[in-house]
Amino acid sequence: MDLGSGGGVAAGAAWALAAVVTAGWPDINEWSYTHLLSIIETIIGFVLVALALAFRPDDPIAIRIRRGSPWALALAAGLTIWEAVTAKLLWLPPPFFAPPQALLEAYLEDWPRLLECALHSSILLGTGYLIGAAVGFSSGLAIGWSKAAAYWGHPVLRLIGPLPPTAWIPIAFFLFPSSWSASVFLIALATAIPVAILTWSGVSSVPASYYDVARTLGAKQGFLVLKVAVPAALPHVFVGLFMGMSASFVVLVVAEMLGVKAGLGWYLQWAQGWAAYANMYAALLVMALLCSGLVTLLFTVRNQVLSWQKGLVRW
Amino acid sequence: MVAVAIRPEPPANPGMAVAIRNINHHFALHGEHLPVLDTISIEVEPGELVALLGPSGCGKSTLLRLVAGLDQPSSGEILADGVPVTGPDPSRVVVFQDPTLFPWRTVFDNVALGLEAQDRLHKDRHRVGTALQLVGLSHFAKAHPQQLSGGMAQRAALARALVNDPRLLILDEPLGKLDSMTRITMQSELVTLWRRAGFTALLVTHDVEEALYMANRVIVLSERPARVVADVSVDRPYPRGRGDQYLVELRHHLLDLLGLGSNW
Ligand SMILES: Nc1ncnc2c1ncn2[C@@H]1O[C@H](COP(=O)(O)OP(=O)(O)OP(=O)(O)O)[C@@H](O)[C@H]1O
Ligand SMILES: [Mg+2]
Repeated sequence: MDLGSGGGVAAGAAWALAAVVTAGWPDINEWSYTHLLSIIETIIGFVLVALALAFRPDDPIAIRIRRGSPWALALAAGLTIWEAVTAKLLWLPPPFFAPPQALLEAYLEDWPRLLECALHSSILLGTGYLIGAAVGFSSGLAIGWSKAAAYWGHPVLRLIGPLPPTAWIPIAFFLFPSSWSASVFLIALATAIPVAILTWSGVSSVPASYYDVARTLGAKQGFLVLKVAVPAALPHVFVGLFMGMSASFVVLVVAEMLGVKAGLGWYLQWAQGWAAYANMYAALLVMALLCSGLVTLLFTVRNQVLSWQKGLVRW
Repeated sequence: MVAVAIRPEPPANPGMAVAIRNINHHFALHGEHLPVLDTISIEVEPGELVALLGPSGCGKSTLLRLVAGLDQPSSGEILADGVPVTGPDPSRVVVFQDPTLFPWRTVFDNVALGLEAQDRLHKDRHRVGTALQLVGLSHFAKAHPQQLSGGMAQRAALARALVNDPRLLILDEPLGKLDSMTRITMQSELVTLWRRAGFTALLVTHDVEEALYMANRVIVLSERPARVVADVSVDRPYPRGRGDQYLVELRHHLLDLLGLGSNW
């Protein structure tokens, strides 16, 4: 969508309007950050207008602003409506529904804790995911390549694979020395299973002719595995890595809510316990950004590694 | 090219002697016994270029796979320089009917595959460029196989084989996907190359003219299960003219043997 060169200006005006509504229309219950919110909205509005006017219409930055301006406008409109139905009209009453300035308050007053929780979640998720991806990839490769590994691994994978990883929670928290190590195990398991299955299916769908070509050119086992089977299976492996990542998010949140006394999942639970709903929304937003960022990272790596493939799904 | 053809250099690489002795081969297709090769015996002298002609599905590719060592015959034996063939070896390189380039590798890296697999890439890297030049793909070294036409892919597959300096080159309809003009050029280039390098070559083709233009000997196979129907030596010097009267007559003879005589 393109609103023309006036798009940026229109979006800026919408943000200015949001600022006017926020500051000019009195809150029913006083919120301490209403004023700051309107200042931020004003600044965003000015920046948008300034950017729209500063560049010539064919400048790449101007083109980007024009492309983004419908979204900037919609965000301002959404924010205004949200502001109106919460703080100004109380149609959506507190504490279950928080106005934007309450989220601002949550971020500004509780950022050290939120940051710590985000960091904690990232470390837990990263550790579990990387272990799971490595284990899943190597076991999938083994099952796809070696008859012996397939004989033992296939039935196990068939039995355990369909089980939701969260079903292991009671056993894991009981067996592992700490809830953190139990969570790493659960996240690794959730990641490993789809990665293993997809790697295995990728390796077994490599055309036999690839091996024929490599063998007549003098390739030995190691070359056939690392330079033929693995690259040929990579498109499947990345599907597995993506599925494993989604599963790992689920397990991360559940594990943090149930056992680990830190992280964004724990924060959500904690905020709910204190009826701090604004903090809950604030944490939810951080979590969404974190998950989306990680998926974006995975897709970036994939597009780089599989650049030879045509028609990749963009994220 | 022509200069080389008139005054050949001494062969760089002696060709391999291939002895195919009493080969029988069958497959199991849906639990049924499917005989494919019936007591095939062919002796190939070092440096010969032998063409195999036969109807589609008669077992030509199967025979080539056995010579390459990719499969073991149901009975009989194949000797390469007197040594039984038990598996593939880079001295016997195959150009498959389908180019089968690896889509994740560039054309250069595809051609370099054999050198890399044999741990020779660091020392023989320059050969890759030479091979690409030979098949006219120098400008496409960095391209990926999906960016090539069918004929270009086939030429890349040829370069991938040649780069290994094979003593036996096994060609399974290597020119099948080329347009007739490129095909004619590639036929003479292959002959030149073969005469210069001195390798032995086994060439499967559907094209009688191609066989006669290129080969020392033409072996005609029957319908499946394949038997040797005729073993004709083509005793004409290279480079051959396509209108050569002797070759034209031989062509009629071969078409008769293939049961196509009445069509011409
Ligand atoms: N792996 C296999 N399993 C079962 N049957 C096979 C297999 N490979 C080949 N065949 C059968 O063997 C016969 C000969 O096949 P082959 O590929 O050798 O034919 P061809 O002479 O090369 O044919 P074309 O000229 O069409 O390439 C065919 O009937 C085919 O169905
Ligand atoms: Mg064939």
